[in-house]
Amino acid sequence: MDQLIQHLVNTLILGGTYALLGIGLTLIFGIMNVVNFTHGALYTVGAYLMYLAVSALGLDFFLALPAAILGGLLFGAAIEILLLRPFRGQDIDTVMLVMIGAGIALQSGTLWIFGGVAKAIPSPFPEAPLQFGPVSVSWLRLFVLGAALLLIGLTYALINRTKLGLAMRAAFQDADTAALMGVNVRLIDTATFAIGSSLAAAAGALLGPVYVVYPQMGGLAELKAFAIVILGGLGNVTGAAIGGFILALAEELGAGYVSSGYRDAMGFLIIIAVLLYRPTGLFARAERVG
Amino acid sequence: MSRLLPLALLAGLVALPLALGASPYLLNALIVTGILTIGAMSLNLLLGFTGQLSLGHIAFFGIGAYVSALTSLGFDVELGFGLRVVHEPWPAAIGFALGTLAAGACGWLIGRLSFRVRGAYFVIVTISFAEVVRLVALNWVELTQGPLALTGIPPITLGLPGLGTWTLRTKLQNYYLVLAVGTLCWLVIARLVGSRFGRAMRGLKENESLALSVGINATRTLTVAAVISAAMAGAAGSLYAHYLRIIDPDVFAFTTTVSMVIMVVAGGKGTLMGPVVGGLIFGLLPVALRPVMAPEAQWIVYGLVLIVILFVMPRGIVPGLAGLVRRRPSPPAPVLEPGPAVQR
Amino acid sequence: MSPILSVAHVGVRFGGLVAIADLHFDVAEGEIVSLIGPNGAGKTTAFNVMTGFLKPSQGEVRFRGTPLRGLAPHEITRLGLARTFQRTSVFPDDTVFDNVMIGLHRHAAGTGRAPLLDALVGRAGAGERALRERAVALLDWVGLGARAQERAGALAYGEQRLVGVALALATEPAMLLLDEPVSGMNASETRVFVRLIRQIRERGVTILLVEHDMPMVMEVSDRIVVLNYGRLIAAGPPAAIRSDPAVIEAYLGQGSAARRAAAEAREAADA
Repeated sequence: MDQLIQHLVNTLILGGTYALLGIGLTLIFGIMNVVNFTHGALYTVGAYLMYLAVSALGLDFFLALPAAILGGLLFGAAIEILLLRPFRGQDIDTVMLVMIGAGIALQSGTLWIFGGVAKAIPSPFPEAPLQFGPVSVSWLRLFVLGAALLLIGLTYALINRTKLGLAMRAAFQDADTAALMGVNVRLIDTATFAIGSSLAAAAGALLGPVYVVYPQMGGLAELKAFAIVILGGLGNVTGAAIGGFILALAEELGAGYVSSGYRDAMGFLIIIAVLLYRPTGLFARAERVG
Repeated sequence: MSRLLPLALLAGLVALPLALGASPYLLNALIVTGILTIGAMSLNLLLGFTGQLSLGHIAFFGIGAYVSALTSLGFDVELGFGLRVVHEPWPAAIGFALGTLAAGACGWLIGRLSFRVRGAYFVIVTISFAEVVRLVALNWVELTQGPLALTGIPPITLGLPGLGTWTLRTKLQNYYLVLAVGTLCWLVIARLVGSRFGRAMRGLKENESLALSVGINATRTLTVAAVISAAMAGAAGSLYAHYLRIIDPDVFAFTTTVSMVIMVVAGGKGTLMGPVVGGLIFGLLPVALRPVMAPEAQWIVYGLVLIVILFVMPRGIVPGLAGLVRRRPSPPAPVLEPGPAVQR
Repeated sequence: MSPILSVAHVGVRFGGLVAIADLHFDVAEGEIVSLIGPNGAGKTTAFNVMTGFLKPSQGEVRFRGTPLRGLAPHEITRLGLARTFQRTSVFPDDTVFDNVMIGLHRHAAGTGRAPLLDALVGRAGAGERALRERAVALLDWVGLGARAQERAGALAYGEQRLVGVALALATEPAMLLLDEPVSGMNASETRVFVRLIRQIRERGVTILLVEHDMPMVMEVSDRIVVLNYGRLIAAGPPAAIRSDPAVIEAYLGQGSAARRAAAEAREAADA
C-alpha cells in the first residue's frame, strides 16, 4: 500500500512534465498540422540551456529556468521562420521530413558542442527528501511539479483568455476562414511553434536537474510525447494534459510491478492499445462536418 | 534507355571490386552501403509507392538480423510457467529465410494495426514498434545477451546438391552476396510496381477515394506492401548480421531509419532507381567525409542536406535529373487531334 | 420490374446537423434519373451513402436486392455500382492510359488464383496485353484516344471529367452515379457529354445523376428526384418537375445562383 502511494506521488511529478511535453506537441499539430520531429531536440536544448545558465554562467537556479524557457521560445521561433515558412503549403509528409532533418541536425549539434558525456545540473534544494509518513519526495521534484502545473495553467490562460489565444483557436478551427477574418496566420504559426517549443524546453529544463543531461535524451522524450498526443487525440490540449499523467502512471506501475527495464516500453504499448480500441484517441474531439 | 541504365549500373557494380583492387576498407563500406540500400529500396516500396512513411523501418531490419542470428546460433530460454525452449543451431541460410519471414510477419501485424488510421498514426505506430523491439532486445538478456551483443554469428553457407557447399567468409564474397540479394529485391519491386498490384498502390497514393471507387481494397493492398517491404528489410538485416558476425541492440538505432529515409527522399521516392542512387551517395558519403569531419558533424550535414534537397529538388535526384534531360532537347509539343466525342 | 437501386428512408446526421432527413426513392433498371436540389440539399451526401463512403444513421440502400449496409466502397464497386467524383476525378500523376489501367483493377491481370505471384514470375503477360487493349478501346470510346499519353492532372477540366467517367466504366458497372459531371464544361462539351450519357445507357448501364445544369438535366433525364434541406420534395418526369410549385419555391428561396438555375429550368421548359 505504501509502495502504491509512493508510485502515485511519483506519477504526479513525472506526469506534470510529460503533460508539458504533450501539450506543446499537440498544439503544434492541431494548429499547424505539423508533426514536429524537433520536439525532442528542443527538450534537449532546454536541458542544456539550463545547464549552461547554471553551471557555465553561474546564474541563479530560479533565474536560469525562465531563461531556458525563453531560449526554447526563441529557438522555436527561429525554426518556424527559417524552416517551416519556406515549406508553407507543402503536404504534411514533406514538412515531416524537413522536421526530421532539423531534429537530427539539432541533436547532432548538441552532441558536437557538448560531447557525449552526461552532465549534472546542481540544484539549490536540500538533499534530504521531505517525508510524509512512509512516502518521501525530494524538494526538487516537488518544485518541478509546481513549476509544471504553473506552466500548464499559464498555457491554458494564454489559449483561453488572450487575444493571441483567440486567434490560435480560430486558426485551429479553420486556418483559411481565420485568415479571411483578418487573423495574421503567419504570426499565429510562429507564435504557436515558439510556444510549443518553449513547453518542450521547459520540460527539459525541469527534468534536467532531476536526472542528468545528455544529447540523446530528447529521442525517448519525443517518442513519449507522441504517445501522449495519440492517447489524448491529435490536436487535443486537455487530452494531452491528461495523457501525460496516464503515461506517467503506466510507466510507474510498469516499472514498479512488471520490470524496470520495460518502463519506457509502456508508452508504446499504450499507443498500440489505443489504436486498437479507439483510433482517434481517448479524448477525441467531435469530427468536423463537411 | 530506362532499361539499359539499371543494367549498366549492375555491370558497373559487378566490376567495381576488380577496379578497386583489394581495399578492405572500401569493400566494407560498399557492403554496408549495399545492405542499407536494400533497406532503402524496401522503405521506398512503402514511402514512395504507397505514400506511407515507416519511421520504424529499422525494426524489421533488426528483427531479420536477430532472428537470423539466433536461428544459426541456437538458444536456450526459460519462458516461465515451466516452459523452456531449446533451439539447436541451424544453418545460416535457414536463418536468412526465417529472418525474412519473421520481419514480413511483423509487417503484416503493423499493417493490420495501423492502416485503419494511416498518415501520422502509421508513422508513430512504426516508431513505437521499433522502440518496443529495441527494448526487448536490450532487456531479454537470456535470449539476446542484451547490451553484451550476440557474437560468433556464423557466415552464410550456400549449398547446391552435387556441387558442394560454399561458405561466404571473405569481404569479396559478401559483396557479391549483397549485390545478388539487392538485384533480386530490385527485380521483385520492378515487377510489382509494373503489375496490377503496383497500379493499385499508385492509385491509392494519388487519389484514395477514387481508388476505392474503382474497386481497390486499400487495407489489403497496403498490408501486402508492408509485408513485402518488411520482409526485404528483414533480409537486409540478416545479411548484416551474418556479415558483421556480431549484433547488439544498437542495430535498432533511429538514425539508421533516418539514413534510409534520406537515401529514398534524396534519390527520388516512388522511382526504382532513386533509392539505389541515393543509397550509393549517402552510403559512401561518410567515406568521403571521414577525413574532414567528426561523425556527429556529419550527421548535422545529413540533416541539413535532407532539408536542402526537399527545398531544391523536392522530388529527388533521379526525377530531377530525368526532368533536366527531358527538358533540354525539347521539340515543339505535337498538336493533338481531339477525340471523336470531344469537339471544341 | 424490381428496382436496381432502392433508397429506403435513409437519414444522415453529423452530430446535431441533419444532412439528409429522410430520403426514399427507387431507380429502375435502364433509367436515367437525376437527383437535383439547391446547394447543401444533401445530394453528394446521398451519393456517399450509396457508395459506402458514409454510413447512414438510419435507413437502408439496396442494390440489385443486396443491402449495402456495412460494405466498404470497393466491395460496393464489385457489386456493379460505380461512381464519379465532383472535384478530383483522376489519378493526377499518371497518364490517361495508366488511369484507365488502374481503373481496370477488378479485371485480374493474371489467370491463376495468385495474381501477386503471377506478377512476380511474369505469368501475367497475356492478361496484361488483353487489359491494355481494353484500356485503349475504352479511351477511344469516350473520345480520349488522342490524350492517352498525357498526364491526367494536366488535362483540361472537361477532359478530366471524361477520364473520371472512363475510370468508372472500366469497372463494368451495372449502374453509374455521376456527381456533377458537366460542371465547368462549356455548352458544346456539355452537348457531347449528354450524347455520351445516352450511349452509356445504350450499353445497358443505369444512370443516376447529380447536376446543377438544369437544361442538361431536363434534356437527359427520364425522371427527376428533388431534394431540399435533406428532404425529398418532389419526384417525377421532367415535365412534372418543372411546373411543381414546391420545386420552384425551393429554388427561389435560395441565392441568386439558384434563382438563375430555376430561371434556366423554366427556359428549358419553354424551349
